[in-house]
Amino acid sequence: MRPFGYVSAPDVATAVRVVSTEPNAKFLGGGTNLVDLMREGVERPDTLVDVTGLPLTAIEELPGGGVRIGALVRNARLAADPLIRSRYPVLSRALLSGASAQLRNVATVGGNLVQRTRCPYFYDHASACNKREPGAGCDAIGGVNRNHAVLGASEHCIATHPSDMAVALAALDAVVELESVRGTRRVPLLDLHRLPGETPHVETVLTADELITAVELPHLPVAAASHYRKVRDRASYAFALVSVAAALHVREGVVTDVRLALGGVAAKPWRAHQAERVLLGAEATEEVFLRAADAELAAATGLPDNTFKIELARRTIVATLQELLTDGSAA
Amino acid sequence: MRVNVTVNGEARSADDVWEGESLLYVLRERLGLPGAKNACEQGECGSCTVYLDDVPVCACLVAAGQVQDREVRTVEGLADGETLDPVQEAFVQAGAVQCGFCTPGLVVAAHDLLRRSPSPDDPEIREALAGNLCRCTGYEKILDAVRLAAAKRGA
Ligand SMILES: Cc1cc2nc3c(=O)[nH]c(=O)nc-3n(C[C@H](O)[C@H](O)[C@H](O)COP(=O)(O)OP(=O)(O)OC[C@H]3O[C@@H](n4cnc5c(N)ncnc54)[C@H](O)[C@@H]3O)c2cc1C
Ligand code: SF4
Ligand code: FES
Ligand code: FES
Repeated sequence: MRPFGYVSAPDVATAVRVVSTEPNAKFLGGGTNLVDLMREGVERPDTLVDVTGLPLTAIEELPGGGVRIGALVRNARLAADPLIRSRYPVLSRALLSGASAQLRNVATVGGNLVQRTRCPYFYDHASACNKREPGAGCDAIGGVNRNHAVLGASEHCIATHPSDMAVALAALDAVVELESVRGTRRVPLLDLHRLPGETPHVETVLTADELITAVELPHLPVAAASHYRKVRDRASYAFALVSVAAALHVREGVVTDVRLALGGVAAKPWRAHQAERVLLGAEATEEVFLRAADAELAAATGLPDNTFKIELARRTIVATLQELLTDGSAA
Repeated sequence: MRVNVTVNGEARSADDVWEGESLLYVLRERLGLPGAKNACEQGECGSCTVYLDDVPVCACLVAAGQVQDREVRTVEGLADGETLDPVQEAFVQAGAVQCGFCTPGLVVAAHDLLRRSPSPDDPEIREALAGNLCRCTGYEKILDAVRLAAAKRGA
């Protein structure tokens, strides 16, 4: 690893000031992604601004029934929080399906949101990767791409976003709060990550000096009946091939409210608006669930190694909705 | 920088530490505690598991600068003098150790599990140890060891 400076920020104002004035500085959260990428030489910051000492560790109920989560809350603590478990079980389950206990104890909400792809070519300096080196090409497209995107990809990059937590947050209409020397702004989670287009190295709408300070969840009664289903190559401790975050409310056999998001399929957590449109007001039957999945996946395209994901996503959507329907929580 | 950190109940310090070093490096190379193992350095294998402020973490992904004034407990700090912790004893008795590389990390992870959940069922054990990879044992003896340790602690 090359040398770099290190600052432990005592408060938010200092953190954002140092990152905006030092050239090539980065925030350091739990380090579970950044330290790894620095060791691999993929990330090469000159200064690290450690934000784990900032007082952004509260999980608070908002007036009106929402919840505000500080960006430095560790993943393990968020998953275990009683408020989250009862009102937004999908979030708790998504977190627990990710990484390992040791890593969840350290990983922060902010770091989790902007963690980088696990595309192996991105890590490997011998390969061409537009994300690591803009303009270099993309070795994944003609290479091994079993884990890559089937929605929203471009001819420049087919990487997926690896976060499970973000998929749940996408389903929950979360809002992300950002702070910089220019002030505070709020961005819907769904607008935080960008699709690759011609600039796969630009992954979010964050500017380099913006700190994530909090995530807010709205009051969302439908989320009390919500679930996260993650399909992967082994039962635990692997990234998603496909995952589904769903919340469902059914009355007299009709879908009265629904939220649906997909993971493992795109460069961002994928909110399934098309599927939701089919579901809302329709009968809660397997046939309708299938039609909804097909509507969402109509635009999906696969490569030889990952075309299976489209059918897998279709089945996982249906299975997750069925589960919510039959375990009685959706009624 | 100088890092001050409490390790296994003792105030320790190390000089000329580069903030980008890992906690694992500080423990093994600067403080003479080779218990936590260095295997993947990517957070994947759990061989480097230690307690940091009482929660298990992968020491290989914690930057040294981040442990200032905090508390670390390594596998070396689990035994009470010459008396092994029940988890350590159980690993020996169950034959859960082959090459031993994964053992320190597994012992810490199992120790933490049994503190939180004194009589875990098998799925709970599997999930708690999912972040610890072993290339030798096939895990059955490790599960035996955890069940045995739970029984010992309960006894
Ligand atoms: C072996 C392994 C397996 C894993 N498996 C999974 C999995 O199955 N599912 C899953 O979802 N994740 C998985 N992860 C990823 C893990 O969830 C992330 O590494 C973690 O959430 C990142 O959080 P952090 O606080 O450690 O971030 P850091 O590593 O500290 O930072 C990551 C990035 O976020 C930036 N950053 C950090 N905090 C902020 C902030 N407040 N504002 C703005 N930018 C910030 C940093 O500058 C850096 O670019 C795995 C990781 C490993 C090592
Ligand atoms: S898919 Fe994206 S991250 Fe992977 S090699 Fe191609 S450009 Fe790089
Ligand atoms: S050496 Fe730390 S997890 Fe493998
Ligand atoms: S005993 Fe050899 S890796 Fe576990």
